[in-house]
Amino acid sequence: MLQGKKVIAVGERDGISGPAIAACAKAAGAEVVFVATECFV
Amino acid sequence: MDLQSQESILRASQTHDKADLLVLLGSPDPESASIAAETVIEGDPSYAGALAGAQLGLLTYHVLEEEVHADIPDDVWEAQIGVMADVLEADQLAETVAGFRNKV
Amino acid sequence: MPDVVISAATQVLAHVPGLARHGSKPRRELPKSDEVAERFAASLRSFDEAAAYPAHQVWIGNLHPRDLPARPWSEKAGAPQRTGRFGEIMPEDEFFGLLAAVDDFGLFALSPELAERAVAALSAHPLAKAFDLDRIEKAVADVDAVAAEPKALRLTDGAVMRCGQADDESLAAHVLIDNLASKATATLALLHLLEGSGIDPTSVEYVLGCGEEAIGDRYQRGGGNLAKAVAEAAGLTEASGADVKNFCAAPIPALVMASALVGAGVFQRVAVIAGGSLAKLGMKFQGHLAKELPVMEDVLGGTAALVEADDGRSPRIRLDVVGRHRISAGGSAPQVMQALAVEPLVRHDIPMTDIDDFATELHNPEITEPQGSGNVPERNYRTIAALAAAKGDIARTDIAAFVTERGMPGFAPTQGHLASSLCYLPHALDRLTTGDARKVMLLAKGSLFLGRMCQLSDGMSVLLERNESEVRT
Repeated sequence: MLQGKKVIAVGERDGISGPAIAACAKAAGAEVVFVATECFV
Repeated sequence: MDLQSQESILRASQTHDKADLLVLLGSPDPESASIAAETVIEGDPSYAGALAGAQLGLLTYHVLEEEVHADIPDDVWEAQIGVMADVLEADQLAETVAGFRNKV
Repeated sequence: MPDVVISAATQVLAHVPGLARHGSKPRRELPKSDEVAERFAASLRSFDEAAAYPAHQVWIGNLHPRDLPARPWSEKAGAPQRTGRFGEIMPEDEFFGLLAAVDDFGLFALSPELAERAVAALSAHPLAKAFDLDRIEKAVADVDAVAAEPKALRLTDGAVMRCGQADDESLAAHVLIDNLASKATATLALLHLLEGSGIDPTSVEYVLGCGEEAIGDRYQRGGGNLAKAVAEAAGLTEASGADVKNFCAAPIPALVMASALVGAGVFQRVAVIAGGSLAKLGMKFQGHLAKELPVMEDVLGGTAALVEADDGRSPRIRLDVVGRHRISAGGSAPQVMQALAVEPLVRHDIPMTDIDDFATELHNPEITEPQGSGNVPERNYRTIAALAAAKGDIARTDIAAFVTERGMPGFAPTQGHLASSLCYLPHALDRLTTGDARKVMLLAKGSLFLGRMCQLSDGMSVLLERNESEVRT
């Protein structure tokens, strides 16, 4: 499902961070086009 | 969602073929997952950012959903997600995001 | 190297409903809608409501967080109590007087009526002799005329902030009132610390500030030094100081640095101080109004702690048990928590079940949940417990019990640095002296990515221990 996709990683500090999502997506063969981590506190 | 992020996502949706794009969310609870999914699918519910009224309809999953997990090598999953898969309520998160995804 | 102790810690709140609309979020949102602005104004708490609020009673030391009633807390409020063992909750009129009293540049202006009320109240304050009441008289002005000056900011009917320089964004009135509010709350906490500990103010040699306000001018936006300004305002004539910046995580590095300075013999006595964040007032007001709740981010926090060489009774700070988030550790939540809550204990072979209290980001969930930000401390505790289970210190079935017994409900206003375990320090000192705890871990996390210079997080942790030689492991 991720292979060849262009991934927008919208992470959250208290959940899964943007870089962690990006690392997963890359390992699954996706290209990561945007990474952000939201922080609400 | 962060206003800067909304602008960047809008730009990404314009510069890439939308069919190639996939949004992966890492929200910790259904409330914030709902806001994030709504923002990238139907538009910013707070009407504050670039995605207000944008209706991008981007294909969106929570990273903890089964279909995503299945694609990620175990060692990477363990290092990057690890115990968070137990800490967060994956079923509720999946249900929330699927609710918005299935409306498209 | 001698052992280092934390000998005292204090905590104050200033209830500032009139300033709430000058928080960053309301400042952006309220001008867009008269209706929202009216609802905001109608949803502010009275002083008695704020002073009775159980989470605030925890803050000033009248209640331990584990003794909080079942939520919603506002429905379980007892009688308002202004003072507690750790400090006080100051009403707004008095706080406006305090702002004038610590304003060295005459930029803050008060109406005659407000100034009179402030002087009357502060004259009767137990710390009255420490306040420069003459400054309040000097701040009296025709506030309508001051408000008409270029770039002045009308705060309330009776208070106006001038800008520092009309064409310098770093000295804009809304920036300077943020900084002045941080200075005032930190000064109040430091004065309580001096009063409560009874130490000679001239014996404090250095002050480390760890508040969130970065002060400066256009050539060095965050380059300034609020700590020394606070030291001066509190009468620490022999002290110097500096600020430690690290987003919400700053207090723990500041405590560790202060302790290292004492341990290395550079200084005998160092104070660590932090004032409140005006920018974060009303940050989640939209969620509160949507749920018919009062605007709960209407208080500014302030805190101060005293670090010195081992006095044989105060809790020790274990400089050999400091956890830091290394760049290579990775930025996922469990990786950050592993670095902070697990690694330093593993290094010393201390089981996680030896820690009586973990103090983490203790944001009040009644503030964060209505805005969809969830229960921050509970998520932290579940992560810590899951890591304890993964390490084999507890069984998976004991995760919930670990969270209940070694965690606690959040009670801090959403001013990140104060919530980030610093707010538990006075409670920790109690628990490690008159209470029955032997080890408390403080940990703080900071979201460096908010500054757009890297995608990293950061954090630091440190172990506090009852002062009994036999418990050293």
